[in-house]
Amino acid sequence: MNNMLIRLLAQRIALGLLLLLIISVVIFAGTILLPGDVAQSILGQSATPEALANLRAELSLNDPPMQRYVSWLLAAVQGDFGTALTSGQDIAQALGTRLRNTVFLAFWAAVVAVPLALFLGILAVRFKDLWPDKLISAVSLASISIPEFLIGYVLIYFVAVKLQWFPSVAMINDNMSLFEKLNAIALPIAVLALVVLAHMMRMTRAAILNVMQSAYIETAELKGLNALQVIYGHAFPNAIAPIVNVVMLNLAYLVVGVVVIEVVFVYPGMGQYLVDHVSKRDVPVVQACGLIFAAVYIGLNMIADIVALLANPRLRHPK
Amino acid sequence: MSDALLKVRDLKIGAVVFPPGEKPRELEIVHGVSFDLQRGKVLGLIGESGAGKSTIGLASMAYGRGGVKITGGEVWVNGRDILKSDQREVRALRGGEVSYVSQSAAASFNPAKKIMAQVIEAAVAQKKFSRKDAEQRARCLFAKLGLPDPDTIGERYPHQVSGGQLQRCMTALALCPEPDLVIFDEPTTALDVTTQIEVLMAIKEAIRDTGVAALYITHDLAVVAQVSDYIMVLKTGSLVEYGSVDKIINNPQEEYTKALVSIRSIAHQEQPAAGEAVLSVRDLTTRYKGTKFDVLHGVSMDLYPGQTLAVVGESGSGKSTLARVITGLLPPREGEIQFAGRKLSPDLKARTCEDLRELQMIYQMADVAMNPRHTVGTIIGRPLEFYFGMRGAEQKKRIIELLDEIELGEKFFDRYPAELSGGQKQRLCIARALAAKPKMIICDEITSALDPLVADGILKLLLDLQKIEGVAYLFITHDLATVRAISDTIAVMHQGKVQRYGRKSEVLSPPFDDYTELLLSSVPEMKLGWLEQVIAHRKIGSVGASMFALPDGARIPKLGGTRRCR
Repeated sequence: MNNMLIRLLAQRIALGLLLLLIISVVIFAGTILLPGDVAQSILGQSATPEALANLRAELSLNDPPMQRYVSWLLAAVQGDFGTALTSGQDIAQALGTRLRNTVFLAFWAAVVAVPLALFLGILAVRFKDLWPDKLISAVSLASISIPEFLIGYVLIYFVAVKLQWFPSVAMINDNMSLFEKLNAIALPIAVLALVVLAHMMRMTRAAILNVMQSAYIETAELKGLNALQVIYGHAFPNAIAPIVNVVMLNLAYLVVGVVVIEVVFVYPGMGQYLVDHVSKRDVPVVQACGLIFAAVYIGLNMIADIVALLANPRLRHPK
Repeated sequence: MSDALLKVRDLKIGAVVFPPGEKPRELEIVHGVSFDLQRGKVLGLIGESGAGKSTIGLASMAYGRGGVKITGGEVWVNGRDILKSDQREVRALRGGEVSYVSQSAAASFNPAKKIMAQVIEAAVAQKKFSRKDAEQRARCLFAKLGLPDPDTIGERYPHQVSGGQLQRCMTALALCPEPDLVIFDEPTTALDVTTQIEVLMAIKEAIRDTGVAALYITHDLAVVAQVSDYIMVLKTGSLVEYGSVDKIINNPQEEYTKALVSIRSIAHQEQPAAGEAVLSVRDLTTRYKGTKFDVLHGVSMDLYPGQTLAVVGESGSGKSTLARVITGLLPPREGEIQFAGRKLSPDLKARTCEDLRELQMIYQMADVAMNPRHTVGTIIGRPLEFYFGMRGAEQKKRIIELLDEIELGEKFFDRYPAELSGGQKQRLCIARALAAKPKMIICDEITSALDPLVADGILKLLLDLQKIEGVAYLFITHDLATVRAISDTIAVMHQGKVQRYGRKSEVLSPPFDDYTELLLSSVPEMKLGWLEQVIAHRKIGSVGASMFALPDGARIPKLGGTRRCR
């Protein structure tokens, strides 16, 4: 490690934190700018002015926004998101279980999708413009073009209902073994993998093909290396940065964008939790979810940038 | 077959071309070339770009770059026709029996891997050596090629060594698997002249000591004369002349070869300085934004009307930076610029239209200096309209005049830059600069990207135009032969300073300062044994002297050497 690299990394991390701070302002401001307030939505249209005033005082809604923001943020940083207005439950606790489930699903989808995407991308480069390339491209493009809920229902119909290989409802709880859990979420994993596969595969293919134009690839070919040695040994290490970037974007999508899949498979994850509470105008829950989603997005993209910095030999090994 | 290592018979090579507005079609670029190369001999392939030199070189590895395909003939290596070999045999040939050294080592080394890993890769992949033995051999080659720290340089990444060092690493890469034949494809063309001579010597000794045969491809006859046993002259894919080095250099038969040998024969007589200087820069010091180092230190020089001031130096000497300061793109920190009797504003935005008109510029890359979607007429017409408000028939008449002046003529009026050759594009850029009726033109390496014969034509044209138009040139170049050909005054630049400045006759006459001496003696001369003479001279004359303090701190390798690599 050298000073230059450390400075760049520190800059990038600081930028990520700053971005997260700005987003927390946006999330907070957005929810208080909406017409009506929490007290109104709890008590409904028929509430008396006195009851509203009491509740507002109780929820500290009369404090200046700045003060409310700071106390909200300080609490959130310590893991205290307050209590849900609708159920009175502790948000952090409910969210914890949901987040764990979502990450569990995302993790296993990534375990399937990322290596497969890289492998297929490399394969497509190896057989560029031949039938394996065209087949891989066609199938992955088709899978990204079909709405994910449709893929979900098609899989449920054929795999769960007709063949009865996997359950159609992905309910999991803490008493299940890992194998039982995986069995339960096999179908959502399949759908998610199909959805994110194409993007990552295409990017792997494009990034490697771009590198394949380089003179050092010609050098490698003239060393008598075979095609896979050239692609894997010489092209891939130089294509890592763009690939990691798109992989991270897709991982972020796996965490924050799976609402539809969770609904289709009745999976107890973050997405469903968020949707439920948006419809009930449960502001603290929406804020908490927003903050967590933003943190995941920013965190993963930050990792992508850090990997790109670390993958650059000029930065890793200065003159 | 006979005992020739490489035997090429009636080799025909085709390429798919994409002419603008037409369907892609196949074009034959090498038309039935035949030659033999014996073991341990060096054959120089020489010709201009498009002559098919590299294509023939790569064909001897059964490789075609881009859309290039070998369409006919035979290529025998070690007694078998490699064009009839299968994939596996071809892979064993590449990197095993035949290896390749490219023009740009900087681009040909994988930036993500250590040098050692790349140097030994072929030898290990071809199972010629174990990893350990290959590394041992690589270190030995590094030492033989005169690389600094031969035991550890392999642990560095390509960007951590200089261009000249990397080119030598590339030679080690090619020699590591003990090939029978190495293709050197313009290995010194991209290097500075003082670096070129070291690399050339290193390559020559490596060839001699390992007994490897080589195809040495270059456009520079003076260079190839130093390393080859035989020379083959090629023109547009056909053989022009073949013979021993001595025969080609001293007794060429064909007109084309004679032209190549007698190149750079322009004899421009230095003119005495007359009148008031059109450009005079005083004590220019500047640095790039955000950096802490001056890239120009107190640079002063004068250019007189109708004359040529050549600014010569190696890459990084600050010569192009000087052009940027004069054009106003980079304001100086100190010093001032007098132009045509008035003080030139350091800032481009504050300059008048007249300042801009009278000071024109021509660039190295004619390709990117023109809008590819404008016709020749539009390109030249633009300054006419911008500076003189000339339109319609009047403008067209002037454009045709200018086209005649640059020896292209009216028929080029409606063509696009893509339809022109490199030399024609550069002529077009000259016409565009002349259209403004400037007092002075800055020519930034304008012949560097051109073939020698074409470049010669451009220089002649510039000198003719100077007589007609009375324009002054500030001619930036790294090529001393060009400087000799065209200049009246010379400024030798080194590390941002003017090392030597004066009239051509003074600057090019002894006594020299060390740097100018090094620079002048490094320019390849078209005679046999020149390289050895220079090296021997330096070894005698420079014991303890600073002449060996070469830019990257490297030294010429010891002749012979105690380490044997074979």
